[in-house]
Amino acid sequence: MSDVLVSVDALEVHFPATGPLRKRGGAVRAVDGVSFDVLRGETLGLVGESGCGKSTTGLALLRLVDPTAGRVVFDSEDVTSLPAKRIRALRRRMAMIFQDPYASLNPRRPVGASIAEPLEIHDLHRGEARDRRVAELMELVGLNPDYRQRYPHEFSGGQRQRVGIARALAGEPDFIVCDEPIASLDVSIQAQIVNLMERLQDELGLTYLFIAHDLSAVQHISDRIAVMYLGRIVELADRAQLTEDPKHPYTRALVSAVPIPDPKRERRRERIILEGDLPSPMDPPSGCNFRTRCPDVFEPCDAVDPALQDVGHHQRAACHLYGVVGEEVGAASGDPGG
Amino acid sequence: MTEPAPGSAEPVLRVADLHVRFGGRRGVAHVVRGISYDVHAGETLAIVGESGSGKSVSTLSLLGLVPQPPAQVSGEVRFGGRNLLDSSEREWRRVRGNDLAMIFQDPMTSLNPVLTVGRQLTEGPELHLGLSEADARARAVDFLGRVGIPSPERRMDAYPHQLSGGMRQRVMIAIGLACDPQVLIADEPTTALDVTIQAQIVELISHLQDELGTAVIWITHDLGVVAGVADRVLVMYAGQFVEEATVDDLYADPRHPYTHGLLGSLPVLGVDRPDQLVAIAGLPPDPTDLPSGCAFHPRCPYQLDERCADEIPPLRDIGQGHATRTFYEVPDAAEETAS
Repeated sequence: MSDVLVSVDALEVHFPATGPLRKRGGAVRAVDGVSFDVLRGETLGLVGESGCGKSTTGLALLRLVDPTAGRVVFDSEDVTSLPAKRIRALRRRMAMIFQDPYASLNPRRPVGASIAEPLEIHDLHRGEARDRRVAELMELVGLNPDYRQRYPHEFSGGQRQRVGIARALAGEPDFIVCDEPIASLDVSIQAQIVNLMERLQDELGLTYLFIAHDLSAVQHISDRIAVMYLGRIVELADRAQLTEDPKHPYTRALVSAVPIPDPKRERRRERIILEGDLPSPMDPPSGCNFRTRCPDVFEPCDAVDPALQDVGHHQRAACHLYGVVGEEVGAASGDPGG
Repeated sequence: MTEPAPGSAEPVLRVADLHVRFGGRRGVAHVVRGISYDVHAGETLAIVGESGSGKSVSTLSLLGLVPQPPAQVSGEVRFGGRNLLDSSEREWRRVRGNDLAMIFQDPMTSLNPVLTVGRQLTEGPELHLGLSEADARARAVDFLGRVGIPSPERRMDAYPHQLSGGMRQRVMIAIGLACDPQVLIADEPTTALDVTIQAQIVELISHLQDELGTAVIWITHDLGVVAGVADRVLVMYAGQFVEEATVDDLYADPRHPYTHGLLGSLPVLGVDRPDQLVAIAGLPPDPTDLPSGCAFHPRCPYQLDERCADEIPPLRDIGQGHATRTFYEVPDAAEETAS
C-alpha cells in the first residue's frame, strides 16, 4: 500500500470562452499545470485567493469537471480516463463537503433523505439498516437523529454544515475534498466544525484536501499546505515551514497580510502590500505569472516559466530567486530545466 | 452639559440608550437593546459581533437608514448639539454623506451600476459643499488619486463593473471621504475582499484617517482586523455591549466569557494551538426569543452566579475604560498564570 492516496500530475482545466469573447478564441485557464500528491491520512491544505483555481482543482480531482489535460490517480486508478460508470462507483470513496450547505442540500427534502441518498446510489444498507445508518451518521456529526424529518431551513448554518458532512461520510469514503467548509459560518461556530472534522479524521482515518482562503484556519488543520496563484501552485511545504519561513514572494505577501488577533504583534508586523490586482486568467503574464505584482521581479521572470523546485526543508517553491529552473517562454515543449 | 474632563475632549458623536425593535408576525425582534458609546475625533472605534448581533442595524440607525416602520428606533444620537433621531428626512439628507458618511461591505451592490464613478463621486461635493460642477470634478479626481486609483482622470468615466473589487472599494472610500466627514462608519469594508487586497484597503483607510483627522467606527466580525485598526473595541452580543476596552486590554485581558470564548476559538497564524480549538457551544440566540437574564448564559461555560438566568447583568466599569457585562469575571490573565 503506497503512502500516496491521490496523485495529481500536470492537471489543467481550461474553460473555453463563450459569448462575445468566443470570436477571439482563448480560454479561462482556471487550473494551469498543477502537480501534487495527497498522502494517506494527511490533511493537505490548498490555499489561495478568489479566482486562483483552488475550487476547480478540487472538483477536477473528483471529476466533477473534466480536466483539459493531465492526470489524477486515486489509489492506483486513473480518475481522468475512467468511464463515467466506474467514476460513479469510485465517488463512494471520494466525497466532497461544500462551502454553503444551504445551496448544496435540496431544500425540499428532509435532511435524513439527503443523508440517505449516497446509500441509495451505492446500494448500501437496505431497509431498516439504512435508517439505522442515517441515525448513526447524524449522531457521528453531533446531530439529533430525531431531526431527520426536518428540512434544511429549520437548521442553523453550523448544523446544516453537519448535515453536509454526514452526507459526505455516508459512503465511508477514504478521501474528502472540503471546499471552504467554514467560510460561511460565524466565528464561534467555525471552531465547532473544525474540531468535528479533526475528530472524524482521527476516528475514521480520513484523508482531506482542505480548500480555503483563510490561511490561519488552513494552518491549524493541515499537515502540509499548497499555495495557489492564478492556476498554478507557487509553493508547497509543511505547515509550520510555510507560515514561518515562506519562500515564494506571493506566499510571503499572503502570510504578511493575514490579520493576527493580537494588537502587539499587529503593530510590530511589516506588511508586504502587493501592488495592483490579479491579472486575467484568460491572458496570464508570460513566464512567471506573478511577475506583474512581484516585489522581487528580475530578468528571467518574463522569459522563463518557473518550475516548482526544492528549496530545502521539504519545501518547494516556483520562483527564480532560488535558481532559474523552468521552461523558456516560446520554447517547444519538453526538455524542462534551462 | 458637564465640562469635559481635562485631557479628554468633547466627543464628536454620542450614542445614548439606543434601541431598535422590529415588529413582525413572529413577534417583536429586539435587535439593539440599549447601547451607549462616545466617538472622539480622530479615533477608531471597533464594534465586533457575529451575524445577527445588531452591529450593522445599530450603525444604520445612526444615519436614519433603518426605515420606520417597520422598525422603532429610540434613544439619543447626539451630534452637532442635537439629537439626530429627531431629524426630518430633509435634515437627515444634510447630514448623510456630509458630516457622517458610511462605506459598505459590498461595493458592487452599493455603487449605482448605471452611473459613472465620476457622477457618483461629484454628487456629494456638489450637494453638500455647494461646489460648481468643475470644482466638484476636480475634487473627485483628487480623491480618486488619494485612494490610489491609477489615472484617476480617466477612471472618472468608468462604470463600476469595469473596476475590480478592490478598486470599487477604493471608489466607495473616496465617496465616503469626499465631503470631509467628521465620522466615517465602515461596515465590514474588507469582508468581501481577498486578504492581500484587504491589507491594501486597511492601510489606505488608516492613512487617510491620519491625514484628514476623521473618526472611524469600524464594524466587523473579524478579530484579526480589529487588532490592527482599532483604538477602542466594543464587543456586541444579542443587541448589547458585553465588553468595552482599549484594544490592548481586550486582547491581553478579556473579562467577558463571550470575548474570552471568541479569542480562544480562533486559529492564529504562527501560533501552535492545542489540537482542539476551544469552541463556544450552542448558537447565538434568536432576537425574537431571547433567553432570560444574561443573553449569553445558555452558552456560558461558567454560569457561576445564580442570577445569570434571571437578571441582565449591568455593564460594569472595572477601571481604565474597561467594562464588562457579567456577574462572574473570567480571571485576569496574570492571576491565571500565577496560580
